[in-house]
Amino acid sequence: MVDMTLDGNAIAGLLREIFAMEMTNALGTCGSCGAVNEVGRVEVYVHAPGTVVRCPSCEHVLMRIVRGRGKYWIDLSGVRCLEFAEA
Amino acid sequence: MIKWQLGTVVELRPETPRVASLYLDVPDWPGHRAGQHVDVRLTADDGYQTERSYSIASAPEDRRLALTVERLEDGEVSPYLVGELRVGDKLELRGPIGGFFVWQATDDQAERPLLLVAGGSGIVPLMSMLRHRAAASRKPPACLLDSSRTLEDVIYVQELARLAAAGDGLSVHHTLTREKPSGWTGYTRRIDAAMVEDVAWPKDAMPAVFVCGPTSFVEAAAQLLVAMDYDPRWIKTERFGATGG
Repeated sequence: MVDMTLDGNAIAGLLREIFAMEMTNALGTCGSCGAVNEVGRVEVYVHAPGTVVRCPSCEHVLMRIVRGRGKYWIDLSGVRCLEFAEA
Repeated sequence: MIKWQLGTVVELRPETPRVASLYLDVPDWPGHRAGQHVDVRLTADDGYQTERSYSIASAPEDRRLALTVERLEDGEVSPYLVGELRVGDKLELRGPIGGFFVWQATDDQAERPLLLVAGGSGIVPLMSMLRHRAAASRKPPACLLDSSRTLEDVIYVQELARLAAAGDGLSVHHTLTREKPSGWTGYTRRIDAAMVEDVAWPKDAMPAVFVCGPTSFVEAAAQLLVAMDYDPRWIKTERFGATGG
């Protein structure tokens, strides 16, 4: 399974579709364990339906992003806080 | 929203039997930082679209945008890019993308020695960093540890030799994991602690570390460096996955 894992760099383009800023340097706080990691360091699974983002410290699901039929569905309930610099 | 744009292929350069560099002329390219990538989108005649990310190989200082792509036989995109694409063809792309796996010679972090660890085509964004370093006025000491399966699979082998011969503080070390060619004086094993101790700096030198390659390679190398007490905050990784395309 380990080879299915990508990291936050792999969804930099997807996140640029959603956020106005480059997001891989943003700091995300895990809603479960409280670990703070750059988005570039998170675990990313793109083989699930949509994209699943997990905390690299505790594997809690941070984000789920599905794109299809001209829409996005974004579940950010696993992230307590996203911190990033103004442009 | 980052826009899709068209680049024109101006040169195709074979790097290994399975890897080629695509040189593109992209009008209004906004410039990039070493380590960033682009998303490439292919559209079939029936409208089906698919996207993949490819690291930028050229330095920010280079006139043309270069991508280096490994052909994966069961891939959806790479067999087109390496095999079917011709000079003069247009390619749809967007970028530059990413900001985490980036090295800039003008940053404060660039004071630190630079340790680059590559597995296979993971060398590509690291080559952008080395090309950028070669063009920069301020050059920290740098070390590339490059793991390939066979000698024939080593990407940029001649250019790396030239860069290392410039005598500007760059050392290049290759290891081959699947063969030992006659006369080969480099390593012939997977990257391990003894190899890192041989070629790189002790952790006290606090190098900035960039590791790129297939997921299993990156996991192993990052765990090794952390076990050697390198500061995890200064180890940045980028995983290609096992497949892709």
